[in-house]
Amino acid sequence: MKNIFKLFVTTVSISLVASFLLSADADDQIKIVGSSTVFPFSTAVAEEFGRRSIYKTPIVEQTGSGGGMKLFCSGIGSQHPDIANSSRRIKSKEFKNCTEKGIKIIEIKIGYDGIALANSKKGHLFELTTRDIFLALAARIPLDSDSSQLQKNPHQTWKDVNPDLPGIKIEVLGPPPTSGTRDAFVELAMVQGAKSFPALDQLGRSSKDGKIEFKKIAHTIREDGAFIEAGENDNLIIQKLIQNPNAIGIFGFSFLDQNTDKVQGSIVNSALPTFDNILQGKYPISRSLFFYVKKNHIRMKPSLKEYVKEFTSDSAMGPYGYLIEKGLIPLSDDEYMKYKTTSDELIELTFE
Amino acid sequence: MSNQNFQKRHRAEKRFKAYGLISLVVAASMLAVIIGSMAYKAIPAFNNYTLNLEIDMSNQSTNSTIEDINYRGLLRDSLFSLFPEIEDRSKKRKLSKLISSSSSYNLQDFIIENPSYINKKFYFNVLFTDDSDLFYKGYVDTSLPESERRIDDDEVLWLEYLYSLGRVKNKISSNLFLNGDSREPEVAGFFGATIGSLITIFVTLILSFPVGVFTAIYLENFAVKNRLTDFIEVNINNLAAVPSIIFGLLGLAVFINFFGMPRSVPLVGGLVLSLMTLPTIIITTRSALQSVPPSIREAALAMGASEMQVVFHHLLPAALPGIFTGTIIGLARAFGESAPLLLIGMVAFIVDIPGSISDPATALPVQIYIWADSPERAFVAKTSAATLILIGLLVIINLVAVILRKRYEVKW
Repeated sequence: MKNIFKLFVTTVSISLVASFLLSADADDQIKIVGSSTVFPFSTAVAEEFGRRSIYKTPIVEQTGSGGGMKLFCSGIGSQHPDIANSSRRIKSKEFKNCTEKGIKIIEIKIGYDGIALANSKKGHLFELTTRDIFLALAARIPLDSDSSQLQKNPHQTWKDVNPDLPGIKIEVLGPPPTSGTRDAFVELAMVQGAKSFPALDQLGRSSKDGKIEFKKIAHTIREDGAFIEAGENDNLIIQKLIQNPNAIGIFGFSFLDQNTDKVQGSIVNSALPTFDNILQGKYPISRSLFFYVKKNHIRMKPSLKEYVKEFTSDSAMGPYGYLIEKGLIPLSDDEYMKYKTTSDELIELTFE
Repeated sequence: MSNQNFQKRHRAEKRFKAYGLISLVVAASMLAVIIGSMAYKAIPAFNNYTLNLEIDMSNQSTNSTIEDINYRGLLRDSLFSLFPEIEDRSKKRKLSKLISSSSSYNLQDFIIENPSYINKKFYFNVLFTDDSDLFYKGYVDTSLPESERRIDDDEVLWLEYLYSLGRVKNKISSNLFLNGDSREPEVAGFFGATIGSLITIFVTLILSFPVGVFTAIYLENFAVKNRLTDFIEVNINNLAAVPSIIFGLLGLAVFINFFGMPRSVPLVGGLVLSLMTLPTIIITTRSALQSVPPSIREAALAMGASEMQVVFHHLLPAALPGIFTGTIIGLARAFGESAPLLLIGMVAFIVDIPGSISDPATALPVQIYIWADSPERAFVAKTSAATLILIGLLVIINLVAVILRKRYEVKW
């Protein structure tokens, strides 16, 4: 017993000392944080980079766009991430936080992602407009199309929303408010839908208070059971859609692309969520994806520039690159050239 | 009257037994459903279809270095030679996408290990991409219209032709067991995550076991009973019920932000999980010490043993089975934990297999989470396979606890 005890104490002390000696990390492994939408693309590039270059494979963390930006802007030095992925553009507030710390940012737009409203193939193919989406999902809607009077959303079926739609109960499975997909969906579909009402549109333009009021109306999704928060996991939403052919799910285009045998994307403003429609800007609910590089780190981590080069290379982000295979919608040629130059010449982002 | 009462009691007894049996059956069938559906979904993850390609390296110029050889081109040429009739560029592109993009790196590794193959013709097995692989496994419904499946008509024809050539083989997927994470489902494996989990748990054990056991011994045998120790006791019991994510927040604030430890490393993961495991170990150790009959202690003291000798010679050995069980159950809980790891950066894509406590690593439950969230269809099977492995490891850990207890149990 005594021997075991002694042995144990020795092992513990040796391990503890070793652990504190080892905890000083001095390598130049790239650290990436941010959006879960950009995660599949960022990791694909990281893996390819790790295989092809002499450097270690970068670590990519899934923290969400906002969380990633917070970590990214926390400071300069090896304990802070080098790159932040984001499924939306950096906000002016975040930019200010970053520059106050002396961080210089390079912004690279990598492509687009469509947000699909899809249901089971066994169900009806929905033909929606952003106005229908607003009328079906907003918590408060105008009394009629010219009125500025609001009412609690009374619609129970899609037919109530628009007589051309089938009399199916409104059931929409979507991501929770913490998700970037939800932000983009609200920003793109709901706001556009709300703007189709002249009275609301005017309210949004009128004054500062009006703008806030408009935002409140357009951004608030009803909570009476028609919209169901189904978690961040898009695979789970698809499984639920298969079980309930009347429900519509909201998720990213890459998940639709992988599951075309099970679900169908609804037509929105007379465009199907297809690769070409999103690319040409015909499909209304599509957002830009970005990553942000900390320019201050480029000198201390030579691998960082190489990673950015790999990401913006024609074989990755280009119109036929491997990221496109993964479901990324590529930039137009002009935009691609612009961001290629930005990355080659390390042009800093300035906020106007 | 009494007979009636007797019968009534008998019936109640029977009903009670039946309820118990029903509960058992319900619980067991739920477990069976979970494991069964997992196992069913996991089937496609355990094998991979490979294509046997003839690689012709006889024309390689001798002065080019091993790294400079165009391995991708070699594989492509070999594949194209099987389809001499295809000349269209875009079709050739599509054809070359049937095989995994990892193949060229596998070939490169093979040549670096066996340089004697340069200047020779030989056969080499390459992996199919996840979509082609799922086609061979029968998960692609060719009766659907072309636009609704991941494999189009051309590819169906090609894949069937390759199969008819006898070059397609079905092999056990060693990648699943030996690789780290990857974006390509056919390459991804859970070995990196398993090693990460083991290192993390090792750190947890090393820290929480001695601290927990000594705390318990002190509180049980040496501490004076007063308000302060009561307060500490309440707090320890309370900590055992705190949601695990709180420990993650604590770890983020203390270890990473205050002490400046790096993110995503098993050292911090182990520290956080040991905070979580400590209360469990303290509580079980105390109850194990309490269950040692006081006569043992009194006898030792009567023979002139010091307090310390009583503890180390008599109480601890007798309580050890209970302490082991408690520790192992605490560690098993830590092993299956993912929430606190989220905040300290262990929910990350990490390809390299970690080798020490300061290498970036992820953990098995986190790997399951990342795969479950990936769009590629083939990851569904991988998710289930990793879940089965996690459950299997937990069963082993708990079995060890049972065996240790049985082996060292002392009956009074």
